[in-house]
Amino acid sequence: MAAHINRREFLRLAGLGGVVFASGLGYTADAATSKGSKLEEFYWVQLSDSHWGFEGPPVNPDAKGTLKKAVEEVNGLSQQPDFVVFTGDLTHTTDDPVERRKRMTEFRDIVAGLNVKTVKFMPGEHDASLDRGKAYREFFGEPNYTFEHKGIHFIVLDNVSDPAAMIGETQLEWLKTDLAKLDKNARIVVFTHRPLFDLYPQWDWATRDGAKAVELLMPYANVTVFYGHIHQEHHHMTGHIAHHAAKSLIFPLPAPGSAPKRQPIPWNAAEPYKGLGFRSVEAAAESASKYELNEYLIKKA
Amino acid sequence: MKQNKVGTKGIASALGIVLLIGAASLVLAKPKDQGERVVPIKVKRFEYMPKEVTLKKGVPVVLELKSLDVPHGFNLPDLGVRADVLPGQTARVHIVPKQTGRFVFHCDIFCGTGHEELEGAIVVKE
Repeated sequence: MAAHINRREFLRLAGLGGVVFASGLGYTADAATSKGSKLEEFYWVQLSDSHWGFEGPPVNPDAKGTLKKAVEEVNGLSQQPDFVVFTGDLTHTTDDPVERRKRMTEFRDIVAGLNVKTVKFMPGEHDASLDRGKAYREFFGEPNYTFEHKGIHFIVLDNVSDPAAMIGETQLEWLKTDLAKLDKNARIVVFTHRPLFDLYPQWDWATRDGAKAVELLMPYANVTVFYGHIHQEHHHMTGHIAHHAAKSLIFPLPAPGSAPKRQPIPWNAAEPYKGLGFRSVEAAAESASKYELNEYLIKKA
Repeated sequence: MKQNKVGTKGIASALGIVLLIGAASLVLAKPKDQGERVVPIKVKRFEYMPKEVTLKKGVPVVLELKSLDVPHGFNLPDLGVRADVLPGQTARVHIVPKQTGRFVFHCDIFCGTGHEELEGAIVVKE
């Protein structure tokens, strides 16, 4: 508990913490997991949309440096997270399969510099949609999987290997089977790339069959979704399920529907790296549905 | 993508697959109805041709979509219609525009480096 307080105090004193946000708003669930164990307090870091290989000086003249800065900043956290998760678009798309693998190799080498050695990955459409995840699998393994950590059941959903942005019936059946093993009060976190709800279909910010996944998750009291894709912080509730989008590490995009086009926001030399960053997510011990989110901005120096 | 597996001309016509949503209807490979204006739209990486289509409010049209290279999508969320546009096939989207305005459509099947710029617009006038 003391460590918990110290970390919060550090964030506050260092001015690093963004808005502290509790998901599962207004909902308190039984503080027990599917296995009946007590909840443990810990935190992880979410990074997203690094688009390694992207070149576009007007939107990010430091495209080759921003991911490395993020790795350094995570390494510089006073207390290291239990794990780091990348929620897709690790690399920027290319039509060349050789170049795709080169980018994945370089990305993997940079991320190997994280002090935290437990790193979870999933693809974005830039990584996987042109070859249905073939290259991604060679480097990072299966695009959908589950894992357990300190009382939380984590589910990684792949909604990009199908270029039509679908989870697909096979994976939905896999999800259904996985969920069937869990207590309805189990603490569940879903990682995915695209929003599972229709955030803004006009900009393709949706998953065509995402509603089917949400429907399967809905009977469970303590579900929270973390995703990427939209290159900005965003929070949304579908019923009692909270969905949190993360910032990008390459360029920010406008708020949904706020601009005529979904174009990257140009780099502002007066405020370099504005809108780029990552977040920490702290799993609270007092409630199975609450998390504290701290937003970090990439620093200039 | 799965829609296209049943979207061959013969099968779709036989089944009469019709989606009626809001101001438009989508029929995959259904022969055009009598009296509908036909608007051909071709798509390739990374361009719809034409990029903008002007329609008259209340006048039914059928958009005939063809891909010149790889699978593309045609998604017009404001009118509630979408179609897979596969090479060698024709996707037909029936529209009866009921309100004026500019409605953007985009490709929703990831098709390469310029996918995110692949879009066009339907402009409906009085």
